[in-house]
Amino acid sequence: MHIAVCIKQVPDSAQIRVHPVTNTIMRQGVPTIVNPYDLFALEEALRIKDRTGARITVLTMGPAQAEEALRKCLSLGADEAILVTDKVFSGADTLATSYVLAAALKTLDARTPVDLIFTGKQTIDGDTAQVGPGIAIRLGWQLLTYVSKIRELEPAARHIVVDRRAEGGVQVLKSALPAVVTMLEGSNELRFADMPGMFRAARQEVQRWNRDSIGVELAQVGLKGSPTVVAQVFGPRPKAVKALRIEGETPDAIAEAFVDKLFADHPHLEDAMLEHLELLGQQGVEP
Amino acid sequence: MSDSLDTAAKPIKKPKRVLPERFKSYKGVWVFIEHEHGHVHPVSWELLGKGRELADKLGVELAGVLLGGMGEAVRKLAEEAGAHGAELCYLAQHPVLEDYRNQPYTTGLTELVDTYQPEILLLGATTQGRDLAGSVATTLLTGLTADCTGLDIDPSDRSLLSSRPTFGGSLMCTIVNLATRPQMATVRPRVMAMPVRQPGRLPRVVEHGLKLDESAVVTKVLDFIPDARADKPQLPFADFIVAGGRGLAKPENFALVTRLASTIGAEVGASRPAVHAGWADVERQVGQSGKTVRPKLYIAAGISGAVQHRVGMEGADVIAGINPDPRAPIFDFANYALIGSAAELLPALERAFARRLAEARARRAQAAEETV
Ligand SMILES: Cc1cc2nc3c(=O)[nH]c(=O)nc-3n(C[C@H](O)[C@H](O)[C@H](O)COP(=O)(O)OP(=O)(O)OC[C@H]3O[C@@H](n4cnc5c(N)ncnc54)[C@H](O)[C@@H]3O)c2cc1C
Ligand SMILES: Nc1ncnc2c1ncn2[C@@H]1O[C@H](COP(=O)(O)O)[C@@H](O)[C@H]1O
Repeated sequence: MHIAVCIKQVPDSAQIRVHPVTNTIMRQGVPTIVNPYDLFALEEALRIKDRTGARITVLTMGPAQAEEALRKCLSLGADEAILVTDKVFSGADTLATSYVLAAALKTLDARTPVDLIFTGKQTIDGDTAQVGPGIAIRLGWQLLTYVSKIRELEPAARHIVVDRRAEGGVQVLKSALPAVVTMLEGSNELRFADMPGMFRAARQEVQRWNRDSIGVELAQVGLKGSPTVVAQVFGPRPKAVKALRIEGETPDAIAEAFVDKLFADHPHLEDAMLEHLELLGQQGVEP
Repeated sequence: MSDSLDTAAKPIKKPKRVLPERFKSYKGVWVFIEHEHGHVHPVSWELLGKGRELADKLGVELAGVLLGGMGEAVRKLAEEAGAHGAELCYLAQHPVLEDYRNQPYTTGLTELVDTYQPEILLLGATTQGRDLAGSVATTLLTGLTADCTGLDIDPSDRSLLSSRPTFGGSLMCTIVNLATRPQMATVRPRVMAMPVRQPGRLPRVVEHGLKLDESAVVTKVLDFIPDARADKPQLPFADFIVAGGRGLAKPENFALVTRLASTIGAEVGASRPAVHAGWADVERQVGQSGKTVRPKLYIAAGISGAVQHRVGMEGADVIAGINPDPRAPIFDFANYALIGSAAELLPALERAFARRLAEARARRAQAAEETV
């Protein structure tokens, strides 16, 4: 059993700040992390490894410093890491990204056949949830998105049964290997790297692949291979009308003034609220 | 949300790329009508509302696209698409399409696009819409913008402008699709307004026969376990929401949010820190990584109004903020500012609303008596 996990190094968006005057992103000094959703995907792979002794390859397309993210995955228990990196890959949208990743995964598969590819649900910087489906289509493999649980995995019989989050319920799907699975967050408690893991990861080699290693067409990678481009970036601005400040000496005075003003400005709200409360009452909901 | 954002501040910059000749005949705006187990996802109707606007700007037709199993029920949905603004509905029915599955739906939708050639294709940013959109866009090798919060047409070249939060929601960006068609986008539920339903407005239905074969579909649906509706908060569809944030400081204060909510018949919402603190269930998180809501009234207590929260709730008709800090960002987009501590103002509001509602009830009862 060989599992490939696609991970991405992303800026820790909790620490991104926007310059108050120029309205540009201040990226300097923002630390990078492994995309949090990808860690859930890796965890799922590690659990399969714990049970069956599967081999795990982590793979990313990114700049040289993405090696750090791969080492983090090695320290958690991945067996092998591949950094797909080339200056022609930069500026890729999801279509170009899935093209390069699929080419790299084909190369990997030709060397050591891959049974399962895991991706995260989405990245926190791109936030599209498209790369997983893109890879599956390009490889012609089965696609299982928003998977919350792997119920059965039979490498010999080549089948997999999963719970997939759908709208309004959970679909239980039976599919065949090889497959691409995008994992939902929170499906597993994440593990921490231990000391031996960290030492091992520091010594391990991270392989570097470029355009020649994976045989891609230049017209389909990077900016050139991307049909979409960002045409404009802008920040949220205050509305033209400022909030009306409700005056009052005491909290009760403010509350009274607010309720009167609210219903005077929006008389339909009172009717809507009364009717809604009546409905709740009829349904036996405690008002 | 687009109205509160300063889109005019930065000019739109597009690299020059020529649209290949074969795409020039692509015409019309399409909305994928998503349904599961007989229920249409409301985002599909919301998108028809927005799609109508885009189609009018372009002077083209708006079409619903409906794939599904055999039977009258699916056909009826085509009429509903008409009632929500579509002039036209493409209908592809086949037993293999009974349940949503990626492979046959991708095949079906791709074939419809190749045959009827729309310039714009919109889907809901739901688990189904995103699964399908990503696959169809890759198959067609066209651009797709995910999880948009604003859509518009660039009058200079008739192209689609898709806006969405970027960098973890701290900024917005506008994305364009340069030289491929259709221009695809997914949009979150509750971001676009629900159009007024006009029953009896029937669309032209174009039936398309698909050649699908169950034995060629690898993935099988073994079961569908519906969510227990009763214990799931229906936040996105609530008319009244009282939400609490970190400023409440402790669970006892968050309980005041719940009490005010039950007094006025509201659902309880929460900011991310309030969810992380365990004061509210994750289902109640409002914002970029939570739910988008569009209530008639949103009362935010102890919430600063960070942009990641704002993108989830600024579609509310009326917003009131409760915060001791008059400079809190929430007051940049709220309608009413209640300056003070939530610990004191929430109970005061409970009393004020209770009094006012009791009076209104009495007035109604009186009026009913007088008419007898
Ligand atoms: C990728 C990403 C996604 C995110 N997604 C979401 C999301 O979906 N939803 C979300 O909410 N956040 C989200 N966030 C977090 C967001 O950036 C903010 O950190 C968060 O919204 C702040 O929550 P808050 O307003 O409760 O807390 P704070 O920003 O800490 O604000 C607390 C407020 O309470 C006020 N206060 C203090 N004392 C009192 C009192 N006694 N009574 C009343 N008010 C008081 C303070 O003045 C302050 O304005 C996300 C962040 C990232 C990076
Ligand atoms: N550059 C990349 N390298 C490796 N994996 C990626 C990359 N970009 C996206 N992915 C994978 O695809 C998933 C979805 O990403 P996205 O479509 O950007 O939301 C992520 O969770 C990753 O598992």
